Amino acid sequence: MTDVFVVGEHLQDAVTEVTFELIGMARELAAASGGQVIAGLVGSGVTGLAATLGGADRILVVDDAALELFNPEAHAAVFASLLSGTGASVALVPYTSTGMEISSHLSESANRPLVSFCTSVKIEGGLGATCRLYAGKIEADVEIAGDGAIFAVLSGSSPAAAGRSGGGAVVEQTANPIDPSALGTSPVGLILPEGGDVDITAQDVLVVVGRGIASADNIQEAQALADALGGAVAASRPIIDQGWLPKSRQVGKSGLTVKPKVYLSLGVSGAPEHLEGMKDAETIIAVNSDPQAPIFGVAHYGWVGDLFDLLPELVDRLDGS
Amino acid sequence: MNSVVLLRPVPDPVEELELNGDGTDLDRDYLGYVLNEFDDHALEEALLVKEESGGSVTVLGLGSADEMEQMLYTALAKGADRAIKLGDDVGHLSVRAQADVFAAALANLSYDLILTGVQAADELDGQLGMRVAAKLGLPHVSVAVGVVAGEGSVRVTKEFWAGITAQYDLRMPAVLGVQAARQAPRYVAVSLIRQAQQSGNLSEEDIEVPADPGEVKIVAVRMAESGSGAEMITGDEAAAAERIVEIIRSAGKG
Repeated sequence: MTDVFVVGEHLQDAVTEVTFELIGMARELAAASGGQVIAGLVGSGVTGLAATLGGADRILVVDDAALELFNPEAHAAVFASLLSGTGASVALVPYTSTGMEISSHLSESANRPLVSFCTSVKIEGGLGATCRLYAGKIEADVEIAGDGAIFAVLSGSSPAAAGRSGGGAVVEQTANPIDPSALGTSPVGLILPEGGDVDITAQDVLVVVGRGIASADNIQEAQALADALGGAVAASRPIIDQGWLPKSRQVGKSGLTVKPKVYLSLGVSGAPEHLEGMKDAETIIAVNSDPQAPIFGVAHYGWVGDLFDLLPELVDRLDGS
Repeated sequence: MNSVVLLRPVPDPVEELELNGDGTDLDRDYLGYVLNEFDDHALEEALLVKEESGGSVTVLGLGSADEMEQMLYTALAKGADRAIKLGDDVGHLSVRAQADVFAAALANLSYDLILTGVQAADELDGQLGMRVAAKLGLPHVSVAVGVVAGEGSVRVTKEFWAGITAQYDLRMPAVLGVQAARQAPRYVAVSLIRQAQQSGNLSEEDIEVPADPGEVKIVAVRMAESGSGAEMITGDEAAAAERIVEIIRSAGKG
């Protein structure tokens, strides 16, 4: 019997989708071994959110005004305490901005192995996982020595619906085991994105540029195509980090989730973080010089070749119509 | 403010990857390595902080790639004061082992901030920065996108998702997993890298490589499924453009 602990994640009064995905995954794992799913939820005013975690058998809630804004140091310490209290040998943590701060701590404090970038996890017949490495290009099967581990799981690895119901859903309040004021981290505040630029989530057509666009100057060629299509230019993270386009144009995990009618990518490799933000677009056309680019795994149509050869051909045909 | 930046080489993300004969790892013999791009951002942020607030930047490099020394010289040329290459030909280490090696090297240094990239493409067992923070018991922020130095503390901006960020004040010393520096990593002229090679600011330090506990073992690797979902368009750019315009029009656009 193996109990599975899930690190619950929430922001702005809502539990994140990946939390439900992980609870659903945990249900399958726990069912196979006759164990329970135990979810943790840590923050201020989160008791009300606990009721939504219907796929968990037990929901451990630490509801403390001192934990209002996610505090990497405090939340990591609270989850470490919750995990050790449950005795669960397996923990699932979202591979997200907040989960990243927690998973390594759980591994170090519980002295358990940690596996990152997981897309699936197995318990029966020995602990193991399948992981996406090298920006999603390589899939690896791993085996874990021993009977416990922390798994950092990528968003989208399991259906969220399975995590919304089916558990005992007993909510248990737990006192905050730490004094956040004694820590070295003080949250200052949350900053919400500013509007003003083009809203890429509202576009029917997106021309999305990635590393392959090679320079800031080349973006105007993509802009010409977007203009011809009546759409907008968006980008993957490396382009934003280079400062070639504003943050408001970023598609992916740390950017925005888009569902345009037509998503045409140019030189985007398709790291898991990017795919998370665009995989539900209606028609995905991908252009990349690397036939191995993971973007072709989610695209409906693909062409392998040089985007700079293709761009003028496309613009010619669209302008001429 | 004194910063230490942890640098690691990773296989060049634009190169095609090939698997080894028994399908348990990449074929590393022919791989080209580059500095982990997030580590490059961590270095840039450390250099920006130094320019604004004074202090020093020390870079620690760990990795057996031939390119490691060149990466350290490049860091010196960009403005780092001191570079230390940890070990020689250490092989491919788990992140847990890397964190042990870096933590041991950090014990000999004085620092206010430790910066490294938020992640690396081959980090199978956790994120280096967060492991180092946990080992040393230091405050940490991952997915950091900007640092402002204060007296005894730093204000760090952390990215969540969907454009939402938060700010934290961290008591120093602290550890940052850097997603992006406030500006793109600077370029440096080859002539300056050559000067750095003459500077004597690169030293080597012997390390004790922790025994691999073998707790996370790769048993099989394969190229991730790609192209399975996509209908691949064949032909040259003219044929591809023809077909793509047709697809866009059938979706009611263009």
